[in-house]
Amino acid sequence: MAHVAPKTLYYTIFGALMVLTIVTVEVATHNFGALNFPVAIGIAITKATLVILFFMHAKYSSTLTKLFIGTAFFFLGIMLVLTMSDYLSRGLHTYTGGAGGPGYSVRQPRPPAVLKIDEGESHGGAAEGAADPSH
Amino acid sequence: MADAAMTDHGAHAVHAHHHPDLQHHFDSLEQQHEAATLGMWMFLITEVLFFGGLFLAYMLYRIWYPEAWAEGSYQLNLMLGTINTVVLIGSSLTMALAVRSAQTGGQRATVVWLILTMLLGLVFLIIKYFEYAEKFEHHHVPGHNFAFPGPHSPQVQIYFSLYFLMTGLHATHMLIGFGLLSVISWMAHKKRFSPAWYTPVEMSGLYWHFVDIVWIFLFPLLYLVDRAHVPVG
Amino acid sequence: MATQTAPLVAAPAVTYLNHETTVASWLLTKDHKRIGIMYLLVVTFAFALGGVFASGIRLELATPAGDLVSADTYNKLFTMHGVAMVFFVLIPAVPAILGNFVLPLMLGAKDVAFPKLNLLSWYIFVIGFLFTVYAMLARGVDTGWTFYTPYSSRASNSNVMMTGIGVFITGFSSILTGLNFMVTIHRMRAPGLTWFRLPLFVWAVYATSLVQVLGTPVIAITVLSLAIERFLGFGIFDPALGGDPVLFQHMFWFYSHPAVYIMILPPMGAISEVIACFSRKSVFGYSFVAFSSLAIAIFGFLVWAHHLFVAGISVYSALVFSFLTYAVAIPSAVKTFNWAATMYRAAIWLKAPMIWAIAFLGLFLVGGLTGLFTAALGVDVHIHDTYFVVAHFHFIMVGGAIMGYFAGLHFWWPKITGRMYSDIWAKVAAIIVFAGFNLTFGPQFILGYMGMPRRYHVYPPEYQVLNVLSSAGASILAVGYLLVGIYLVASLFKGERVGANPWHATGLEWTTQSPPLPHNFETQPVVTEDAYEYATREVKVG
Repeated sequence: MAHVAPKTLYYTIFGALMVLTIVTVEVATHNFGALNFPVAIGIAITKATLVILFFMHAKYSSTLTKLFIGTAFFFLGIMLVLTMSDYLSRGLHTYTGGAGGPGYSVRQPRPPAVLKIDEGESHGGAAEGAADPSH
Repeated sequence: MADAAMTDHGAHAVHAHHHPDLQHHFDSLEQQHEAATLGMWMFLITEVLFFGGLFLAYMLYRIWYPEAWAEGSYQLNLMLGTINTVVLIGSSLTMALAVRSAQTGGQRATVVWLILTMLLGLVFLIIKYFEYAEKFEHHHVPGHNFAFPGPHSPQVQIYFSLYFLMTGLHATHMLIGFGLLSVISWMAHKKRFSPAWYTPVEMSGLYWHFVDIVWIFLFPLLYLVDRAHVPVG
Repeated sequence: MATQTAPLVAAPAVTYLNHETTVASWLLTKDHKRIGIMYLLVVTFAFALGGVFASGIRLELATPAGDLVSADTYNKLFTMHGVAMVFFVLIPAVPAILGNFVLPLMLGAKDVAFPKLNLLSWYIFVIGFLFTVYAMLARGVDTGWTFYTPYSSRASNSNVMMTGIGVFITGFSSILTGLNFMVTIHRMRAPGLTWFRLPLFVWAVYATSLVQVLGTPVIAITVLSLAIERFLGFGIFDPALGGDPVLFQHMFWFYSHPAVYIMILPPMGAISEVIACFSRKSVFGYSFVAFSSLAIAIFGFLVWAHHLFVAGISVYSALVFSFLTYAVAIPSAVKTFNWAATMYRAAIWLKAPMIWAIAFLGLFLVGGLTGLFTAALGVDVHIHDTYFVVAHFHFIMVGGAIMGYFAGLHFWWPKITGRMYSDIWAKVAAIIVFAGFNLTFGPQFILGYMGMPRRYHVYPPEYQVLNVLSSAGASILAVGYLLVGIYLVASLFKGERVGANPWHATGLEWTTQSPPLPHNFETQPVVTEDAYEYATREVKVG
């Protein structure tokens, strides 16, 4: 790598990463509803980007390298998105007796095979809080 | 590159003209360095997809079982996890500084920064060990001895299966990184590196940063699920 | 045809074969050519092993009753046939053997980018193979090469973990080879060898390497997760805990579908070389063929759930995957049309490699088209898990990939060994293989359509006639393959020695002696023309 980064750059990035870490822990301990997860992931992505660009010198690397990095995440994305396209669309096919069975959807996740049916608590409320990346 | 035609393997007299670390199938140190860099990035791509499979499983089950995920996550020690995150990012800093020292010819500084990186990595693993030991005591390790109160216990077992798989795989990568850095530190101690050739330090750095990035994602995904609520049971 | 009167060729003084002859010089070699040969030995052994299992299958299926082996043993037979053939023959055959040998030569390079890593790849391959063979011999595996959960994770009594570990290890060989090749192609091309002057074999190997690097890690983590689930009782795919066995299928096929493109792309690359040389013409639509290789590699990652159509995935997602599956057929079709167009009005020189290549074209066409049948959702409901699917993938894998491998092997054999095999015997073998192949797998389309399911060792008596034909075909196929082995080995001792370019082909590999020097070229080649400049060559052949 021909480019020599000044030490101050590394210390600055480290500082930013520390700040982001504190922010993510702080945000997690407050209830922002459906926002909690996107914020956490967004912060993680930001931190990862800083590490890739500056600690790993991607910013100063060849276009080919940048293309490779993009490719990795692109294909990871395909794996996640296309697979979830199956799971998230299962509940849409809700006609009784059909292949979908009782309507499975994001709001009412499929109950596990062996649990008893009489579960009093509603799943809807708990589903709001932490994990709703699809909407 | 046309003058590469002169490099004939029969005539060993030309060896005096090239850097001792230039391998014979390359024409120049620059080509060799570019190849190494490309190769290492490509390896890291494979690692992204390798961990990616576990992230896929995680994503599915978190959507399906948000309560179990919250309950499982609450069992993790947030303080230790945060400390570990700080420690690992710190080790990335020291690693970047080690590469920089090698790049600028600072022989002793390189060794010092590398050793510091390894020490921080060791702190991470020690803390991890204590976390695992606690899980073992509380019967949170999936399998025959798993025990967890509440109606979501089976799904919490899935959560912990993923927890151990993801952090275990990550820890394994750290151990490999350790081995790598030990070798590199030794080479640095023997003054093998110079601004003309410090590729192994740089490649180890890329690997180490990658391991850090995996943790940057594991931390919020495993430790920060619904921390705002105290889950029932 | 009357052999072209070539002057008697003397063996070159120094070759990669004779310059060092100790065992250590082979086992510790960093020479890509020697590593290619070492792969050839292991892959050939694996092919024989897979063939033995196949013989067991076809012998059992010659009669409707389950009279030769028990159901459990039969399950082991087809599982181990699949594992051996998929992971230890089809995936490595062209890339690790022909790719290793030919790629650096084609690029005008002295070796691959990371020769020591290349050797490591071979050792990893061998270790993975040994684990798997041990698993097969000790107690066998009976889950199908697809290892579906929860049978594989909970119920099966067989050596799932051992096989899983073997496959896991071998995967790294594939990853490292792909990585090595990609860096080699990016950084070690000869001066003047721009991307669009590359032989199409290189484009094919590049696309394959892309798939190897991106896809193989996913099966690695899948098999690892399966092994840990089985060994430690973790529950990721376990329905008793609320896990989804279909998740295993998603993860498994995310690799295993692109894997079939690893298996077919390099043979397609070899076919491009052979068809160009023996039509004495540049490949029609060079850039279309080149881009099609990349398109196949990339689109190949978008279609995996077509293996899950009846597994319980959502209808909507099945529709999407069905559409994408039709899309991925298009670049393959483009290539097939272009090969045919290359041959159109060409002065065909009908030597053995060309016979294999022409056989490839017909069989790959049938295999590819029958894939479209299975891609249709409604049709797939009926033919999924029947012999129709078995016939489809054997047409592609054997009729396509193995034929393409043989075409390449016969094309580059004189370069690798410095000897020519008997053209007559090679043609006879090609015809025997072609006939045997069609007799083996043609009836299976009908059997599947009639409803005979796969992976069963018994079947209703009305299916017997077709099954007997299929088994008869298999024995002819075996004879054909044995014949290939015989005359190729014989050529090593009695074959006519050849010079640098017995086929008068274009390509840098043909500009150096046969067998090549240890370091490939006397002086660094420089490239000034496009890939298939046959038109400007004044050689009369045939």
